[in-house]
Amino acid sequence: MAEQPYGLIARFESPGALYRAAERVRDAGYKRWDCLSPMPIHGLDNAMGVKRSIVPRFSLAGGITGFCTGMSMIWYMNAFDYKLTVGGKPLFSPLFAFPISYELTILFTAIATICGMFFLNGLTKLYHPVLKYENIGRATDDGFFIVIEASDPGYRAAETRAFLVGAGGLDVTELEA
Amino acid sequence: MSDPGEQAFAAPAILREVNPAVLPRPALVANNRDFAWITNKICGIVEGGTPAWWWWCFGVACFIASFTVAGITYVVSTGVGVWGHRTPVNWSWPIVDFVFWIGIGHAGTLISAILCLLRQKWRTSINRSAEAMTIFAVVCAGIFPVFHVGRVWYAWFLFPIPTYNGIWPQFRSPLEWDVFAVSTYGTVSVLFWYVGMIPDLATLRDRFGAAGRVIRARIYGFFAMGWRGSARAWSNYEMAYLILAGIATPLVLSVHTIVSFDFAVSLIPGWHTTIFPPYFVAGAIFSGFGMVLTLMLPLRALYRLEDLITQYHIDCICKITLATGTMVGYAYAIEFFIAWYGANPYEGFTFINRAFGPYAWAYWIMITCNVITPQLFWFKAVRRNTTFVWVLSIFVNVGMWFERFVIICTSLARDFLPSSWGYLSPTVVDIFTFFGTFGVFSVLFLLFIRFLPLMAMAEIKAVTPQADPHSGGSHSHG
Repeated sequence: MAEQPYGLIARFESPGALYRAAERVRDAGYKRWDCLSPMPIHGLDNAMGVKRSIVPRFSLAGGITGFCTGMSMIWYMNAFDYKLTVGGKPLFSPLFAFPISYELTILFTAIATICGMFFLNGLTKLYHPVLKYENIGRATDDGFFIVIEASDPGYRAAETRAFLVGAGGLDVTELEA
Repeated sequence: MSDPGEQAFAAPAILREVNPAVLPRPALVANNRDFAWITNKICGIVEGGTPAWWWWCFGVACFIASFTVAGITYVVSTGVGVWGHRTPVNWSWPIVDFVFWIGIGHAGTLISAILCLLRQKWRTSINRSAEAMTIFAVVCAGIFPVFHVGRVWYAWFLFPIPTYNGIWPQFRSPLEWDVFAVSTYGTVSVLFWYVGMIPDLATLRDRFGAAGRVIRARIYGFFAMGWRGSARAWSNYEMAYLILAGIATPLVLSVHTIVSFDFAVSLIPGWHTTIFPPYFVAGAIFSGFGMVLTLMLPLRALYRLEDLITQYHIDCICKITLATGTMVGYAYAIEFFIAWYGANPYEGFTFINRAFGPYAWAYWIMITCNVITPQLFWFKAVRRNTTFVWVLSIFVNVGMWFERFVIICTSLARDFLPSSWGYLSPTVVDIFTFFGTFGVFSVLFLLFIRFLPLMAMAEIKAVTPQADPHSGGSHSHG
């Protein structure tokens, strides 16, 4: 085993047990820790003290960019760069530019939301120390886990282990870094 | 729902006096299955051997798809003259087929987005396959306008790509709006589908890894992007999913609206009406739910998914089909009313001509399939007979194809001047190319059910009673 482990992982029997343990870990003042579960658990972010997700900021930025892109693209292409007169209609009007700007708003919002979510979650990192744990497969099946990282200021190997056992944790295991 | 704060509110005193009946919500997963059973059931489909029926279906689907390949090859090598459209009916089968397929897709987005916002939890067991249906339907739809441009090697002119000749697309045209609407729809549908699948791909990665099937584990692992079910990740993920649902809702409504603008913005009698956008959207959802039933019922029987797609799910789908079918029927009636009330002789003639003119046969097929068929879903006995529901769903599909045929072809065949009237007869190329797209669709759908988790496992688990952290696994959750 490496000198500095990644942290401790404990398994819980049910979403309810995980929820109650998460409240205890939050109240014990741990900062660098996480819950793993096969599905989202209603209210768990409150139990963990996780703040509301900031993904909507990315979405808003994407949406505004999309709308402005649509409007300015159509103005540039049909009224500025190559003036296209069709049916005596104005060279530019926000009305005929609206449907495309609307679609681009949605397209850019979707892309920004997903990229923002990937960025915040650190996805596309295909490797994580937790994935080395032999029972980690249950976290995407029917297992509920809490991981407390060794880098947490409150982490003390023996005490944290006793704390997790006391909170109802089963099979408490040290994770390699 | 059981928010922690909710228990704080005492029930009003009146409730104790009137003693209202408790209506239990039907279980979304029958037989009280646990999490591991759900995982095993759905992953087992991907992990197990390929069933014999799959190979038979795949072979037949490939054969049917070859009709589209042959039809398209012939069109490209010869010219669009091999299709049946002639002046005055210059939009015919390919555009009918395009609108038909794009409409089918709408049910998938409705299930995944609108029902998500409305917290209809029964959507969880059908949303994945319905979204797959959306994407494959958009693929089939996209074939037609691309080849309908005539010289397919110039199809890129549709997009604003800077070129040396400096000409940009004409953005006043609804056809150009359609390019953006459909390509945005396709892109966002794929993204939504993929994001929804990430947790389930992680499940497959872990299971293939544990089984020692390294190559499969690597491939699923690559697309799972290192997902491990972290609660902090779930928090962002759920927010992102909610926003995607929130923007896919106006998207799905706008796509068929813009498709209807292709017609409504023109001046042809029978097309130039303001009722088109809502009418097209209702019709699209109606046809899409018909297709959902056509696909889900055999799938449920073949893979023994009765515990996950319960009678309650079928009831819900049938009721939405009934509701949207009734809206479509109402739109048909209102079109007639406005044609009379608007006092425009051309408009009035168009509608009389639709019902009693040379295309009356198509009109009455449409009315029978779209207005009368769904009314049978009022009856519980009908909804409980899955074979009969499946047959009715085929009628819905047929009816909605004819709806587009009636709208597009009858209006063009009889426009303003009798000297320019005509009658459309499709050629064998038209028929084979369209027939083949069912093969293209089936090939894609069969590959999907073979290699990807066909139900959203994480979402199904989240709507089971035992997923509620406050329930102790006993109280009903819906």
